[in-house]
Amino acid sequence: MVAKLKGRYGSGIEPLTYLGQNYMVADRSAIPELLQILRNEEEFDYCVDITAVHYPKREKAEFDVIWVLYSFARNERVRVTTKIAEGESIASSVPLWATANWLEREVFDMFGILFEGHPDMKRILLPDGWKGHPLRKDYGILQQDNEWVQINLGIESGQ
Amino acid sequence: MTDPNTLSPLDLDTPDKTFLDANELVINMGPQHPATHGVLRVILRLDGEKVMGLECVIGYLHRGVEKIAEHRTYTMFNPYVDRMDYVAAVSNGLGYCETVEKLLGVEAPPRAQYIRVILTELNRMASHQLWLGTHALDIGAITPLFYTFRDREEILKIFEKFCGARLTTHAFRIGGLLYEAYEGFEKEVKKFVAFVKPKIDEYEELLTTNRIWVERTKGVGTISAKDCIALGVTGPVLRASGVKWDLRKAQPYANYKNFDFDIPIGVNGDTYDRYLVRMAEFRQSLRIIEQAVDGIPEGPIMAKVPKVIKPPVGEVYHSIEAPKGELGFFIVSDGSTQPYRVRVRPPSFVNLQALELMCRGQLVADVIAVIGTLDIVLGEVDR
Repeated sequence: MVAKLKGRYGSGIEPLTYLGQNYMVADRSAIPELLQILRNEEEFDYCVDITAVHYPKREKAEFDVIWVLYSFARNERVRVTTKIAEGESIASSVPLWATANWLEREVFDMFGILFEGHPDMKRILLPDGWKGHPLRKDYGILQQDNEWVQINLGIESGQ
Repeated sequence: MTDPNTLSPLDLDTPDKTFLDANELVINMGPQHPATHGVLRVILRLDGEKVMGLECVIGYLHRGVEKIAEHRTYTMFNPYVDRMDYVAAVSNGLGYCETVEKLLGVEAPPRAQYIRVILTELNRMASHQLWLGTHALDIGAITPLFYTFRDREEILKIFEKFCGARLTTHAFRIGGLLYEAYEGFEKEVKKFVAFVKPKIDEYEELLTTNRIWVERTKGVGTISAKDCIALGVTGPVLRASGVKWDLRKAQPYANYKNFDFDIPIGVNGDTYDRYLVRMAEFRQSLRIIEQAVDGIPEGPIMAKVPKVIKPPVGEVYHSIEAPKGELGFFIVSDGSTQPYRVRVRPPSFVNLQALELMCRGQLVADVIAVIGTLDIVLGEVDR
């Protein structure tokens, strides 16, 4: 599988293995097509998880977006990772896997990464008017949206 | 291959023309509602009593567990995972400890593995018992609640004797166990198995052929295998739709490959089949416990793990079959004593997304049954 994908994308995709787990690092531009191929041709029909990691110290492209995929037919798991920069968006995979809906909303809520073409791109765990994205590294652990707390809860601070 | 574009909810988007009055009513259920098992708000769009659509509003219990993890050491974060799915704390602990062990490249010794399996399976039963009691209560049968809580107590007593806690057990440590099994542990587990076997028949006697139960659950909240896979639904809900998939068999972890057990599956994917699947899982858990308790080897209970846990740089995803479905942990290590990122893939969160599909076209009273049958824990949905 990997050789086939490598042949199609050349240097845009790099297959790796760590602790017996396969994953591939792909260019942002290759992602929509790569996910489509994985789902339709390689039978990765179950999208286990979509998540992100923030690396503020990295020069550009400070976010990693990660898809964990599983194939029932092959009993195999694979991770796809791509790097994107602040303010960049990425194509939504809701048309591929319906489960991506809430998972992408959570990534948006926690990291502020927008998914293009998502049917309902809004916060999921935090309230709609909240400012800030808590899982970014520059968001302090005690930080909160004081303005929101004062207006909506009528108290000075939630702490 | 399935095509997600033909998911059933899209077919139901237009209001049903057979209804005389097309006036739609939007009502709010929760967040404080006894049948939502926590703080879940559901906005229902109704045509008479028929559900035309709904939206879940979640996040009321959000505590930022993933953020907390980045500010704790690997060892310090261990008790936090118990507080996600608090009715299956042992399973959460197993998932987290195994993921960190994988990063460290250590494996718990055989004796620890056996005790882990016994406790995890006991916890699966406790979780299913709580589900059965409350689910039946929601639908209107009060007796099963007393029966299941009476028997669940015996499991909690074993936990309490083992580690001092009943609910948020923190039973496992990275690398094995902190506590050796107490004197008479095997005997007590065996006694419990003998005690609970007839009790499961008792639950079934109350419900399986009960006419009210059957009418309230058969054909309610039906979901096909294809939709389950598209929506990422796992656990008993997926199996009740006829997919024979269990991570304990598909990608064995701990030492599940040593035990002989079956994966019960359903046919119709409705609430009744999910009930039957979970009842069968009780018996399979007992089978595993029986085999494990006879085979506990002697030996150490803790692998050689450094005092300060500093996994090498890298990332790993590991998942286990929790009572509610696939519970995954994705941990990124930057080589320091604190995880750089911990992502929890919660089964309840993903399964809850199927609520809309399962409720469309059903009655309001069935929404209660479907929330119950999904077996969600809001502590895990919101984290």
